Amino acid sequence: MLNGYGANIADGAWLTIQLALISMVLACGLGLAGAAFRLSPVRWLAWLGDLYSTVIRGIPDLVLILLIFYGGQDLVNRLAPMVGYDDYIDINPFAAGVFTLGFIFGAYLSETFRGAFLGIPKGQAEAGVAYGMRSTQVFFRILVPQMIRLAIPGFTNNWLVLTKATALISLVGLQDMMFKAKQAADATREPFTFYLAVAALYLIITSVSLLLLRLVEKRYSAGVKVADL
Amino acid sequence: MIFDYNVIWENLPLYLSGLLVTLKLLAVSLVIGLTVAIPLAFMRVSRRIVVNFPAWLYTYVIRGTPGLVQLFLIYYGLAQFEAVRESWLWPWLSNATFCACLAFAINTSAYTAEIIAGSLKATPHGEIEAAQAMGMSRALMYRRIVLPSALRRALPQYSNEVIMMLQTTSLASIVTLVDITGAARTVNSQFYLPFEAYVTAGIFYLALTFILVRLFKLAERRWLAYLAPRKH
Repeated sequence: MLNGYGANIADGAWLTIQLALISMVLACGLGLAGAAFRLSPVRWLAWLGDLYSTVIRGIPDLVLILLIFYGGQDLVNRLAPMVGYDDYIDINPFAAGVFTLGFIFGAYLSETFRGAFLGIPKGQAEAGVAYGMRSTQVFFRILVPQMIRLAIPGFTNNWLVLTKATALISLVGLQDMMFKAKQAADATREPFTFYLAVAALYLIITSVSLLLLRLVEKRYSAGVKVADL
Repeated sequence: MIFDYNVIWENLPLYLSGLLVTLKLLAVSLVIGLTVAIPLAFMRVSRRIVVNFPAWLYTYVIRGTPGLVQLFLIYYGLAQFEAVRESWLWPWLSNATFCACLAFAINTSAYTAEIIAGSLKATPHGEIEAAQAMGMSRALMYRRIVLPSALRRALPQYSNEVIMMLQTTSLASIVTLVDITGAARTVNSQFYLPFEAYVTAGIFYLALTFILVRLFKLAERRWLAYLAPRKH
């Protein structure tokens, strides 16, 4: 299939999916931390959370990727001799991709999660406190499970944007499906064919995600009455 | 000092010309995108499947694929076909600026169409009844009542789309254009100062984002004042 490049691109597609999934796990962790910071009563923590989400969301993904991948590598190598490490440090594109995408989408998710936390009735947390729970217990046992339902629409959106943003990591040398398509396009001089094939693969990934996340939403909305209009 | 900002200072004119390219790309693609999005939005709210389906498919496919792939399909992909290379369109389609504007306009038209369609669907029933009570024809009602009302209510979401579009224009640097990101890439390749070069680009984008957010806040105060919560 595809002049013999089919298997090659399928390998790349698997890497794209891995990259997206692992980045999303990191992004969820950072997003949760960011949301907790921004909602914190401690003024400087809230300020720090706001700074993170504002700065990252105001800069294009491509610039952040180039900054973290090339700039980060350069910075590490400028700093390393100061602590007595003289070998050149090479950053792995997959690790850099996961870190960069996780860091970027953590900022977007912190906004989604913050909105979702604000959508939980205040009485819920108060009831938890009244039961004598510690604030971490209230957070993880009362707030997080309810927040998930409210966060699913925003989460879905962010997941789709993240999946599409993985294509940018090919520009710093990760051999994902976009990279493989470019290789095949250059070798065969049939760029349209290969970019179209990759476009179709992205469309399949986003379509399947939409279907799965709709099921998740149904699961988490069990027991919630929807106004029948 | 481990940072070297003298080089950036000397290359500021390059960044400023990049800023102009970014703004030009943004303006052209937004204007074309919005013009295409309005008829698409009307198609998307139609109850007739033959009208609705093509518009749905268009927005679904465009929104489900990365902007980078769309740009590559147009800029690199179309050259594959001899018919394209020999057509009168080729002088345009081999031009990076034209291809970037085309790809970005297509991209934003799909997102904008969905935003406006959502806003059209949320038109208060009373507005339409009032227009009918005034004896307006369908066309007049759409032109004077439905569209202005929907476009105003789409403003907050559209501001997000404009900011996303500003970020998307950075892809132009991949097809050889020297926008803000392109300026940073040039500085990096000449002086090998990736950190300083890209941080400067980031600051430019951040400033542009803040200005756009501010402008849209002003626009909302002007055109959505009737929806603002009462102050007293």
